[in-house]
Amino acid sequence: MAVKVKLPTQLRAAAGGDGEVSVEGSTVGDALDALYAVHPDLKERIADEDGTLRRFVNVYLDGDDIRFGEGLATPVKDGAQLQILPAVAGG
Amino acid sequence: MAATALKCRECKREYGLEARYVCELCFGPLEVAYAAPDASDVAELRRKIQGGPQNIWRYSEWLPLEGGRPGSTRASTAGLPAGCTPLIKADRLAERLGLGEVWVKNDAANPTHSFKDRVVSVATARAQELGFTTLACASTGNLANAVAAQAAALGMPSYVFIPANLEEQKILATGVYGTNVVAINGNYDDVNRLCVELSGEREGWAFVNVNMRPYYAEGSKTIAYEIAEQLGWETPDRVVGPIASGSQFTKLDKAFAEWLELGLITGDHPTFNGAQAVGCNPVAHAWEQGRDVCQPVKPDTIAKSLAIGNPADGPYALDVARRTGGSIEQVTDDEIRAGIRLLAETTGVFTETAGGVTTAVLAKLAEQGAIDHEERVVLVITGDGLKTLDAVRDSFTVHTIEPTFDAFEAEFSAMSEAI
Repeated sequence: MAVKVKLPTQLRAAAGGDGEVSVEGSTVGDALDALYAVHPDLKERIADEDGTLRRFVNVYLDGDDIRFGEGLATPVKDGAQLQILPAVAGG
Repeated sequence: MAATALKCRECKREYGLEARYVCELCFGPLEVAYAAPDASDVAELRRKIQGGPQNIWRYSEWLPLEGGRPGSTRASTAGLPAGCTPLIKADRLAERLGLGEVWVKNDAANPTHSFKDRVVSVATARAQELGFTTLACASTGNLANAVAAQAAALGMPSYVFIPANLEEQKILATGVYGTNVVAINGNYDDVNRLCVELSGEREGWAFVNVNMRPYYAEGSKTIAYEIAEQLGWETPDRVVGPIASGSQFTKLDKAFAEWLELGLITGDHPTFNGAQAVGCNPVAHAWEQGRDVCQPVKPDTIAKSLAIGNPADGPYALDVARRTGGSIEQVTDDEIRAGIRLLAETTGVFTETAGGVTTAVLAKLAEQGAIDHEERVVLVITGDGLKTLDAVRDSFTVHTIEPTFDAFEAEFSAMSEAI
């Protein structure tokens, strides 16, 4: 499945300045792994050593927080959009 | 006490005092760090505060402006000054709940009728120091009021982003200031997500609770400073306050800790009880489950000002409750309505739904016997009942009569006979 990943400004330097990266994957976790393969520096910024998302990183699949789905195991459709954003905002 | 840096709460990395809110390395929240002030003469420090302006800038030593206070006068009247709200001794409420001593911090008595004027004052003053010219926010309503008003007072353009289903009173009390009201088809968490994205793309905009968040959040400390000053430089034994993002809750804790460490106030660190609605309970649920992170929820409650399903400071709010021997409780919409009535009938303070949540949680704790009779309890009321009128609609009888003595007598003699 082709997935478009949108990166927040805070992560763009670690992705060569890109705000959007296109990757392949059948789940959110797969797509993120594919993202780390393209931009290795992103991995330690987003995930802990075991691959789980850091506490203050939110990931949205087509606008919905993936924690409302199955987290990293949430399946993605072709053409889906993943958005990574810092969690600490608002209130 | 001068602000020295922004410091990551997680990995402790430090940054300059810029428009930055998350750590570049770990995405942890940034918090303002200060140089320890000279506390050799506590009495002098107290006199300095007492001689300060009648607003939050009397505590400027503990606020993150480089220029100390905004404006050129000692009175600090720039913009829309907030704070110095009443602390009311609520004897009738205490009696009703079987408690010894209860105080109500009535933060509805701010310029736009909620505590948000405090945080917006600080965020805006800092935004101006940093050269921003446009104000913006993601809001559940009260913040929209405060940003629109503050922007109007200072002549700054502003954009306020709100969920489209907000209470009409809050929308009207925002638009009147001439701001750009942007209603989003979605809940607060959707609004917040959009604003986080926008804040990265609109470099000249100060989103008070996104890129200004470290400065903004510090404004909530002034509620605790005032409580301590109003209690005669003493801490209360217990604080019961609302939790939406958890920011205010954690800053109240921080403020008491700062002043206790300085020796500016006496007493023990207060016990903190947080209040949420059952219909938006991510922090209360995590508390119940004994977890230290929050699972997001989709809010469905009349307490719209607390309807944040994905609370940024949830883990820290849990930590405050745990560390102080407190708890985080949740109450139903019916209990919230009853809480509004209880506070109004016993204190004369008409609060919005968030205050209903907080009052209902106090009542619940009292009923559980969780509060000793000797305790001095402060109930933090953050907003005005006129903003959420639907919560009290049809909750009482209006006696409609003809304008005659006989009609009045007929209505009320019948009533007194019934009694």
